[in-house]
Amino acid sequence: MSSELLTIDNLSVAYDGQVVVRDVTLELAEGQVLAVLGPSGCGKSTLLRAIAGLEPLQSGRILLDGRDLSATPTHKRGFALMFQDGQLFEHQSVARNVGYALRIRRRPRAETARRVQELLELVNLTGYADRSPSTLSGGERQRVALARALAVSPRLLLLDEPLSALDANLREHLGGELREIMGRAGTTALMVTHDHDEAFAVADRMALMRTGRLVQTGELADVWQHPVDAEAARFLGYAAVLTGGPAELIWQAAGSTSYAEVALRRSALRLDGHGSLHGLVVGARATPELWRLRVRIDGLPELDAVAPLDLAAPAPGSQIRLAVDPTRLARVGPGPAAI
Amino acid sequence: MPTVTTGSTTGRTSSRSEPALSTTRRWGTLAGLAIGPVLVLSVFFLLPVGGMLARGFWPHGRFDLGGALETLARPRVHRVVWFTLWSSTVATVVTVLLGVPTAYVLHRLRFPGAALLRSAMLVPFVLPTVVVGVAFLQLIAAGGPLGGLHLEATPTAIIAALVFFNVAVVVRAVGSSWDAVDPRPGQAAAALGAGPLRVFWTVTLPTLRPAIVAAASVVFLFCATAFGIVLMLGQLRYATVETEIYQRTTRLLDLPGAAALSILQLLTVTALLLLAQRTGASRISSSGTTTPPRRPRRTDVPAVAVTALVLALLALPLGSLVLASVRDGDRWTLANYRLLTSTGGKNALLVPVTEALANSLRTAVDATWMALLLGLMVSIVVTRRSHGRAERRVKAGLDGFFMLPLGVSAVTLGFGFLITLDRPPLALRDSPLLVPIAQALVALPLVVRTIAPALAGIDDRLRQAAASLGAAPWRAALTVDLPVVIRPLLAAAGFAFATSLGEFGATSFLARDEHPTVPIVIYRLISHPGEHNYGMALAAAVVLAVATALVMLVVDRLRTARVGAW
Amino acid sequence: MHLQRALVASLVLVTTCSMAACSAIGGSDEPTANETTGQIKDVVLVTHDSFALPKGLIKKFEKDTGYHLVVRQNGDAGELTNKLVLTTNSPLGDVSFGVDNTFASRALDNHVFEAYDGTLPAGADAYRLEGSDQVVPIDTASVCVNVDTAWYAAHQQTPPQTLDDLADPAYHDQLVVEGAPTSSTGFAFLLATIAAKGDGWQDYWTRLMANGTKVDAGWEDAYYVDFTGGGGKAATRPIVVSYDSSPAFTIDQASGKSTTKALLDTCFRQTEYAGILAGADNPAGAKAVIDFLLSPQVQAALPESMYVFPVADGTPLPAEWAKWAVQPTSTLDVSAADIDANRDDWLNDWTDVITK
Repeated sequence: MSSELLTIDNLSVAYDGQVVVRDVTLELAEGQVLAVLGPSGCGKSTLLRAIAGLEPLQSGRILLDGRDLSATPTHKRGFALMFQDGQLFEHQSVARNVGYALRIRRRPRAETARRVQELLELVNLTGYADRSPSTLSGGERQRVALARALAVSPRLLLLDEPLSALDANLREHLGGELREIMGRAGTTALMVTHDHDEAFAVADRMALMRTGRLVQTGELADVWQHPVDAEAARFLGYAAVLTGGPAELIWQAAGSTSYAEVALRRSALRLDGHGSLHGLVVGARATPELWRLRVRIDGLPELDAVAPLDLAAPAPGSQIRLAVDPTRLARVGPGPAAI
Repeated sequence: MPTVTTGSTTGRTSSRSEPALSTTRRWGTLAGLAIGPVLVLSVFFLLPVGGMLARGFWPHGRFDLGGALETLARPRVHRVVWFTLWSSTVATVVTVLLGVPTAYVLHRLRFPGAALLRSAMLVPFVLPTVVVGVAFLQLIAAGGPLGGLHLEATPTAIIAALVFFNVAVVVRAVGSSWDAVDPRPGQAAAALGAGPLRVFWTVTLPTLRPAIVAAASVVFLFCATAFGIVLMLGQLRYATVETEIYQRTTRLLDLPGAAALSILQLLTVTALLLLAQRTGASRISSSGTTTPPRRPRRTDVPAVAVTALVLALLALPLGSLVLASVRDGDRWTLANYRLLTSTGGKNALLVPVTEALANSLRTAVDATWMALLLGLMVSIVVTRRSHGRAERRVKAGLDGFFMLPLGVSAVTLGFGFLITLDRPPLALRDSPLLVPIAQALVALPLVVRTIAPALAGIDDRLRQAAASLGAAPWRAALTVDLPVVIRPLLAAAGFAFATSLGEFGATSFLARDEHPTVPIVIYRLISHPGEHNYGMALAAAVVLAVATALVMLVVDRLRTARVGAW
Repeated sequence: MHLQRALVASLVLVTTCSMAACSAIGGSDEPTANETTGQIKDVVLVTHDSFALPKGLIKKFEKDTGYHLVVRQNGDAGELTNKLVLTTNSPLGDVSFGVDNTFASRALDNHVFEAYDGTLPAGADAYRLEGSDQVVPIDTASVCVNVDTAWYAAHQQTPPQTLDDLADPAYHDQLVVEGAPTSSTGFAFLLATIAAKGDGWQDYWTRLMANGTKVDAGWEDAYYVDFTGGGGKAATRPIVVSYDSSPAFTIDQASGKSTTKALLDTCFRQTEYAGILAGADNPAGAKAVIDFLLSPQVQAALPESMYVFPVADGTPLPAEWAKWAVQPTSTLDVSAADIDANRDDWLNDWTDVITK
């Protein structure tokens, strides 16, 4: 317990009489990146703000290195906040933005200038020092925001959906960069997002949040492979969740004797001449990587399937054989990664 | 930067929250910020107005509504109220009809000089009422350019002057809203086959309706409470509620009647302000996207024609005023201006006009810093994020409270000062502070309406980001709020200065005889026929107009995109 | 950056203003000191807009008494009275001049004045307000209808003679009057019509208005702007409500005759009073001012400065006055009690008739 950097202990936050965050307990070790993943309105942003000191707590504690933070105001906590649209100070240049925290702490000018240069290099924005924020693209703004946040090596970096404002390509690219930069800097970070791709791109550990409560916490891979319930599975991007008979069918086809609730990805079913499942093609659509099919199999609801592009297009109405890829399945239910 | 809805909130505006302070500290800070303005307003507004109303409803020490009700029952009072209503309505309608096409031409079309014209439009609004009165009097007088129309002491003259004043409000408010209208629905309609007029009628107009209604209600307010204009142009034949209050207080000493009319006026104004708020006028659209104006097309000709008419109507009285001030009989002369260093024929004045000008400028400086200080505090209070229903209600109440000076007769205020601020500890009647304070109160709503939108438009997350980087609240305010508020602040300073230069209603009661301001001096010169007095009045009016216009043009150079929201 | 420019601009503005000592608060009224004795003794005279006395007389007063006279002008007699009534508890000054017999009762009812115990010059007693020792008569004049005889001669028309003539269509658009609530002259004329017409006065006024009568706010507007005999460039009205003394000021240089005439059957007598304000800071100074106003030099200066007759017997009048400023032998009168009882109603009713 004491080796954790940040401990959230039974935190509850209420707004206008309504409880928005309920009894959340979390731990964050030094150097880790935790993503709190949840749909819009689940309270994750409120949680983040509560940790930053921007929301009053109804109950519970926030401990940093074992010390209770409730009496410490935001500007003394040593956490840095990064929002989805950067929130740069428009009236200051990039260099002045990045050096803001250093100036507040009255560091000598030479040191500030040096550190600003360092940070700009870290985020791959060398030479942008004198630019105005209004001239930067979305990705560049986020990188400046990150540099600014890292300037005084904060104990904890808090990120509020840092990539949602960017387009898909940039999101992927910047997500990787973010992870790499934070890794190099050894930053501990807590991120909230509603996009599981964002979480996977940046974080090491994940917590799923729903209507104010945490439903599952664990290492990325663990949560990914063992969603705690059907809703969690769907939120993680599994296309379908099956129970009972249909589940058994799928497990059988995958070569397992399990009959637990199963979650399937869209690419779990594959066109395979030697597959054990027989299905009717209902629809087919070409994508840059695969054929995406909709198939109906006896005893199962309509499901997604894939076929490699080099094969001929399966016509709707044709009968095909399908195999199940066990790596694309997940067993749903409380397991080793449960809370 | 397109606005992005923060989908991670729970549907309330919780992304804009305050640093975590305990409830008592929150209320403490709110009280601390609000206490200054509330105190000032209580002493210099509630007290005088209350004093006047008390004199009216408690004559001879006992509560007696008899006198008040008797006055309200008089047919003449009904006629006066009726005249106020219909003349204000007509003036408002005409202003809107003229203002909307003008807003279109000046804000949505691109042509050389558009920016200059936009700035020039602001000038009539802040011109002193006395100047406008003199200009119109000069225009319609028996020997003047429009003398043949026999417009002396007619409602037409009054309404024309009211339109002159207020068309700028409509142009500004509707114009800036129009800039922020999303063009795509209109384009979609056009693609579906709708002609420009139809697009305007069915798509643009409904989007603009809140802005138009808000502007119209403000214009109605200004028309219904106009004092100097009606006094000068209505002479004794036409009266509005405002001048009637003046009559009853100063001439007939009918304080119960005056009090009753003041209450009536206050209620109407409050109702109007509520209406304006309801139509979402105070909801400031924080989408900063504006569509750039485009070149004029043939279909724009009617709007351009109306605009040309409006500009001509605005230029006519002013031009005529300037012309008359440099003529004496048939000769061109600057004598009137030279005479400004004298005290007028038959000693109409105690001090020369130039000294009055110095007085005006000094008073305006004081009024401006007072109005800015108060206005800033009020703006901060009303734009702070509320953390709960109770706080929201208190803030809404404060917001309305600070708008009250708009609705109370300047006569009531001025006279109230006279009768309540005469005893220690508030023996301020002869203090040089009184006139600037009264003027600051009159300018306060304008200042708040200029600064508050800018403050409200700041994304609170900026402050949060600054706080998380280690900035204490004052530092965060300096980094985040100051850059945003500095321009509106300067603009508000300009507004306050211009308003103070031209303030007449309250000042006419409070200015000490040895320290008149220019509007008072102009009025005295007009009322004391004597050699060259009239010419001097014209010259003084031109000087005042030029000073005001200069201030407004400087303000506008600051190019705040939305100077003020109503 | 533009922000820095804005900051610099505001900084410059603030510094220049403070350097120029712009604030009005900085400057204060310097109390005037008597140069010889170093004593500061202001006495504040609250009066109406028409007050005027030769500067030389005032300087002599200040030299003789050591007081510094501060004059505060407050609109016409009616406005003055109302302001005095409203500020009874903390008076606007020490002494007041200009409340006349039509408004005095309102002031007295509200205890605006306190008693004056000086001696009045001979003849002034006749003008005392019934039974009051608080208001002191200073001057008198009669408000009468004046006609521009020169104009009528030029237009070959007979000028009107009586009040009824004024409503005659033959004299359409020729009369200009002052407003009753806004001018003591106008109010006096209203009282004259009430005295003449009794309860039918409202009908009379309706007929006057129908006959194109112009209503001005004050006497100066009516006389100097609209009255053809007053010299106004755009004047169009040959009949005006003015004073019995007015013809003395319209002497034609060539003929030595007056071009205007007062209709002496239409006159109402007006007497102006002075009084020490109750609760004044400087009652001794106030008394000195009243003594000054009653002094022979001031009484003699009244006709030329304020176009009124002195109340003191034996005061020499200017030369033209004797010839052209004829005082009426009989005036239309309304008793002070009647005025007091009905003033508000009459003013209200008059305003009702006049406004649209």
